[in-house]
Amino acid sequence: MRPDGRGETESLYFDYPYFEPPQQRGELAEPTPVAIVGAGPVGLTAALQLASEGIRSVVFDNKPTFNDGSRAICISRSSLAILDRLGVAAPFLEKSLGWTTGQSFYRGQKILEFKMPDGADEKFRPMYNLQQQYIEAFLWQAVAAHPLIQTRWQSEVVGIDRPGKIALRVSDPAGSYEIKADWCLACDGARSPIRKMRGKRLKGENFEGRYVIADIRADIDFPTIRRALFDPACRPGGTVLIHRQPDDIWRIDYQLRDEESEADAVLEQNVRASVQAVLDETGYSGTWDLEWWSIYSANTLALDDYRDGRVFFVGDSAHIVPIFGVRGLNNGLADAVNIGWKLGWVLQGRAGEALLDTYSPERRGATLDVFANASKSARFMTPSTHGWRLMRDAALSLALRHSFAGEFANPRQMVPYSYTESAAVRSDAGGLKAGPAPGEHLPELRLGDGFLSDHLGPGFTLLCFDAALASAVEARNIEGLSAFALPVSLQASERIAHEPGAAYLVRPDLYVAARWSRATPDEVASTFAELTFRKGNQL
Amino acid sequence: MTSAEMEAVYDAMARQIDKAGPGKSEVFLAKLALLLAQKAGDVHQVLDAVSEAGESL
Ligand SMILES: Cc1cc2nc3c(=O)[nH]c(=O)nc-3n(C[C@H](O)[C@H](O)[C@H](O)COP(=O)(O)OP(=O)(O)OC[C@H]3O[C@@H](n4cnc5c(N)ncnc54)[C@H](O)[C@@H]3O)c2cc1C
Repeated sequence: MRPDGRGETESLYFDYPYFEPPQQRGELAEPTPVAIVGAGPVGLTAALQLASEGIRSVVFDNKPTFNDGSRAICISRSSLAILDRLGVAAPFLEKSLGWTTGQSFYRGQKILEFKMPDGADEKFRPMYNLQQQYIEAFLWQAVAAHPLIQTRWQSEVVGIDRPGKIALRVSDPAGSYEIKADWCLACDGARSPIRKMRGKRLKGENFEGRYVIADIRADIDFPTIRRALFDPACRPGGTVLIHRQPDDIWRIDYQLRDEESEADAVLEQNVRASVQAVLDETGYSGTWDLEWWSIYSANTLALDDYRDGRVFFVGDSAHIVPIFGVRGLNNGLADAVNIGWKLGWVLQGRAGEALLDTYSPERRGATLDVFANASKSARFMTPSTHGWRLMRDAALSLALRHSFAGEFANPRQMVPYSYTESAAVRSDAGGLKAGPAPGEHLPELRLGDGFLSDHLGPGFTLLCFDAALASAVEARNIEGLSAFALPVSLQASERIAHEPGAAYLVRPDLYVAARWSRATPDEVASTFAELTFRKGNQL
Repeated sequence: MTSAEMEAVYDAMARQIDKAGPGKSEVFLAKLALLLAQKAGDVHQVLDAVSEAGESL
């Protein structure tokens, strides 16, 4: 929502583009290998991932522009790694504000300052703040420039049939048509019309906590540190979160009391008064402009299966998570990459179709992991019963003098979920004392002027310390598999096992597929064939 | 205790308070404090904790 007199996309700092519906009408019904419904951050990322695998797609969005507000503003390190691999990280790094520190206050006193893990081995900071319109705009730059991606704005998917393959019915201001697709990625957001058309329902819990999220423009002199205010004078018993964003925009999230109605809370004069009270409490006495606001409640809802035949649910259409963990967007990007490379490999004939069955268990597992962490955070941020509230208040009160109690206010850090149980990962044969296990995300490492991830191939990569093994694997010329011999200098790193025979097979999404304490080229090749589900494991 | 262990204590207490119900949670907490005092064994430590817990309520 925006202040009285301003339209939905009349922002103080962001110029919304206007996208026409398709002008050339002749080839609209031309079949496409992949139809992507939704040009939100997830749909755009999925299109880029497929394109990087050489696969054409058509993206449909019912709006004429990007989404109306800043929404998801925290981009995690693992998402930056995804954007980097897609070759689009540069504008994000240039515009966003990286941060590592958070502070928590109880009744105006600081009870905790935490730093998220960071260091010289990391290519990216733990978190970056950037408004979602910029996220979409930067992804869009790359999508618009890519010859394999066709985007159709103001084009609403109104029906989906599946006689064998997929037939989408699309309606735009100039008419409607049907288009056939081999596969469909439903990236159509939390209210997913495709989900409804397929008769699927999200399952899970609704939490009590409701937040107003408001953006203001103000010249506040404070670094990019996330602040959490518990039981502040401006919102007795409630919680307030403050984030800095680029362009002098500040995000203020405040929790509603049980008796506050949502309808009243979102009235402009009430938002203004609530924001002013927060600013007064933080000691800011300057002027400010109201930019945008919305309401958000904490849910943990997901589909039982992210796959329905030839339709995959990706991002918010498959799961809705609470805001505290900043995982809504970040998890969605990881979903997009996961299905993107797998579908790309299947369509290129590099992998068997069974690979696609590993998408839902891997990514739904990640969502359930988020739920477990988010429920813990929610119990602290918005305790829903007497017991949780009493314990929370006791911990906060103790934290004024005892740092151990402040730790209860430490949000759980976002670490990528491990696919240890996945069929697209080979269970650990054991033998290595350190380094990432199969199913874990490859750790980043500094390597000369750059980083380890800069040296990985576009497909699977064998990482090892044995140059002879690396060249023997390379010499086999297996499509989609390359090898890289790690320099001996890395042997000082504790992040990767430095036993001479250590070898890791890394997937295109930077997860470890298998590892060995001593590998042969034959074993590497057969494991690669097995994990890409080729018929008879033939290369 | 590690922070994970402290968290387990926190969770167990929250659940037990809810189980006791609003009318009985004070009795539960007082019993718990007495039990822990008995285990701690040092009267000065316990009395210090009693007065500290009474601050900034
Ligand atoms: C008001 C609001 C505030 C939020 N605040 C936060 C926050 O503070 N922090 C956080 O982490 N996350 C937040 N989120 C969540 C975050 O925005 C989402 O997780 C993220 O946008 C998910 O991306 P997505 O691409 O899956 O879905 P979306 O961004 O919702 O994109 C879906 C797209 O599909 C299009 N579409 C839908 N139906 C059709 C159709 N039938 N045909 C064609 N196109 C269609 C929509 O127009 C939209 O562009 C917020 C969400 C909302 C709505």
